Amino acid sequence: MKKFSIILLFAGLLAACVTINIYFPAAEAQKVADEIIDDVWQIKDGEQTKSPKAISEESSETTDNAPAAD
Amino acid sequence: MKKTIMQYALYLMTFLTVSLAYAAPNLEINTPAINAVKDSMQSRHNALAPHYQSGAIGLTNNGFISVRDAKALPLKDRQGINALVSDENSDRKKLYKEIAVANGHPEWESSIQESFAGRWIDKAKSGWYYQDASGWKQK
Repeated sequence: MKKFSIILLFAGLLAACVTINIYFPAAEAQKVADEIIDDVWQIKDGEQTKSPKAISEESSETTDNAPAAD
Repeated sequence: MKKTIMQYALYLMTFLTVSLAYAAPNLEINTPAINAVKDSMQSRHNALAPHYQSGAIGLTNNGFISVRDAKALPLKDRQGINALVSDENSDRKKLYKEIAVANGHPEWESSIQESFAGRWIDKAKSGWYYQDASGWKQK
C-alpha cells in the first residue's frame, strides 16, 4: 500500500510536470510577436504603439509636468 | 517486486528532471526559417504600407490581412493587390508555423497565430483598418 502511494505520488508529479511542459507560454508569445512585428513594420523604439499602461503612465507624467510647462 | 518499484521511481525522477529542463520559458525565434520569413515580410511591407493607410487592405482578427476596399486602390495597383495580400498571408502562416516548430510544439501554431493577431492590431498605425467581431474598424 505504501509503495503504491509512492507510485501515485510520482505519477502525480509527472502529470504536473507534463502539464507545465505543454502549457502554451502566452505572455512570452506576445513578447515574441512584438519583437517580430517591430522588425517587420520597422517600428523604432518609442515610436507609435505604446501599451495602454505605458500611455497612462505617460499621461499622468504629462499632468505632473503641466504646471512647470508655463 | 521492490526492485521494480524502485526502478519505476528512478525512471520517473529522470523524466521529471529532463522535463523541468525543457520547461524553460523562452521562445526561440532566431532560426534561419523564421529569419527568412521575416526578411521577406519586411521587404514586402513598403508595398503594403500605403494600402493599410488608404484602407484598401486591413488587418483581420485572425492574424492575416485582407483586401477591404479595392476602390481605395490606385488603378495601377488593383491588379497586383490580390497576389500581394496572398503572398503576405502565406508568409504569415509560415511564420506562425515556424515559431511553433522551432519550439518543438507544432500544435502551438494556432495559439501563436492568436497572439500575433492581437499584437498586429495593437501596433497598427492610426488610420489603419482592422477587423473585430462586429466588422471593420478604423484605428
